[in-house]
Amino acid sequence: MTPVMANILNVVCILVFVVFGAAMLTWVERRILGIWQDRLGPNRVGPGGTLQIVADMIKLLMKEDWVPAFSDKFVFVIAPTIAMFVVVAAFAVIPIAPGIGVVDLNVGLLFFLAMTSLGVYAVMFGAYASDNKYALIGGIRAAAQMVSYEVFMGLSLMGVVMLAGTFDLRQVVLSQQDGWYIFPQFIGAFIFLIAGIAESHRTPFDLPEAEHELTAGFHTEYSGMKFAMFFIGEYVSVLMTSAMITVLFLGGWLGPDFAPPLFWFLLKTIILVFFMILVRGSLPRPRYDQLMSFGWKCMLPLSLVNLVVTGALVLL
Amino acid sequence: MSAIFFYNFIFYSTAVIAVVATLLMITRHNAVHALLYLIISSLSMAIIFYLLGAPFAAVLEVIIYAGAVMILFVFVVMMLNLGHRSVEQEAAWLPAKGWIVPSILAAVLLMLLVAGLGEPENLRGVHLVGVKEVGIVLFGPYLLVVELASFLLLAGLVGAYHLARRSTPPTPKYGDAQSHFTPVSDSEADEAATDQRIEEGKA
Repeated sequence: MTPVMANILNVVCILVFVVFGAAMLTWVERRILGIWQDRLGPNRVGPGGTLQIVADMIKLLMKEDWVPAFSDKFVFVIAPTIAMFVVVAAFAVIPIAPGIGVVDLNVGLLFFLAMTSLGVYAVMFGAYASDNKYALIGGIRAAAQMVSYEVFMGLSLMGVVMLAGTFDLRQVVLSQQDGWYIFPQFIGAFIFLIAGIAESHRTPFDLPEAEHELTAGFHTEYSGMKFAMFFIGEYVSVLMTSAMITVLFLGGWLGPDFAPPLFWFLLKTIILVFFMILVRGSLPRPRYDQLMSFGWKCMLPLSLVNLVVTGALVLL
Repeated sequence: MSAIFFYNFIFYSTAVIAVVATLLMITRHNAVHALLYLIISSLSMAIIFYLLGAPFAAVLEVIIYAGAVMILFVFVVMMLNLGHRSVEQEAAWLPAKGWIVPSILAAVLLMLLVAGLGEPENLRGVHLVGVKEVGIVLFGPYLLVVELASFLLLAGLVGAYHLARRSTPPTPKYGDAQSHFTPVSDSEADEAATDQRIEEGKA
């Protein structure tokens, strides 16, 4: 097999796996939340409910894909595309195992942060184009929340960059052979996890789409496959945050020799995804001003202290 | 051979996208559409930076310009909710006659640029500027500029804090019955001012 063929195979496999994995997650989340909350969850379609996602897809495809007459149509259509594109594009820099991964960019970590910061546009343009009060409030909340949490999301990762001495994610994984960065960078990992949940605006940070006050927030006017793109984009974002924590703090594909590297990567990522579902199932949603002051007054100073202490220790 | 062709193809097509997006940004009547083209323009600039051997500058272009500055612009435009009236207003402000002088000036500049550039050099010859080199230069010869920029940012921060500062005492806490029912003096003053304005309008 030529290198070009191998690259194309890599790209296609990762894309398909990520999108279908995210689609499966919509079922996994409902089922697991159901079990944890002492009820059944969707268990009717297929064995144990595993074909639920097919039923959902048929439903979403059959629905009328309505573009409101009062909306800004060009922006309305482009917004869900951005939502899906940026999270899938960020997967390109994640090194999954030796030989598996789309590209080893020497600024891979920064590319991830760049794609995350572009994700805000999906929500803002979606909200603006809908020309709807609920959507606008949701969009404003989302923009303020994501821009704030992005600041210390970047800062929390700089500790790892200092220890590894590179922005190349494959090198970051390889430099963890002597020990995972979760131990020296515990605070960094904790802050990154919180920022990652906030960036994908999931409970407890789902104020942009808080359904009891904003109907559905920024995607109130969306239906059919456009809604599905926002929805799947959120789950791809969950997968991406888990994969990033695995790569940066949990040693990526490194693990005992009796199983292939891919197994260790998937195991760590899946455990983190389950943890994020558990967080969703157990924590209530804060008030909006509490969310913002938690970000700026608690998380930002903590990440700065982490940065300074790590820097001092690296220098010594 | 094919690699260089591919490289040139990406470079020139990105350059065309950047120029066209910037032109469209200037001529749009709808503010959000204009911003959308400005974002596309800065993203294509990022790709050009990357192709010229500056991956760090490319990513910073996306994170800072496309990812932070533009978001604030979009945020403000979204809050203003300008709507159709502002589109008509913008259209009225941009008559065809207004384009003549700027077009001539731009054409002169373009001629100068083309004359100055001459034969384009082989772009493959540029050397890669990594993150470390940028950092060393920033905290070496350009340390003074970095410090001055930080003064400016601090001044902006203090200014923003001053503008957003509450002029009234903080809102009463829940369960604090005494203060909860005391009307805030500032709003009373506001009402009085409004009344006065109404009076003046009548007179």
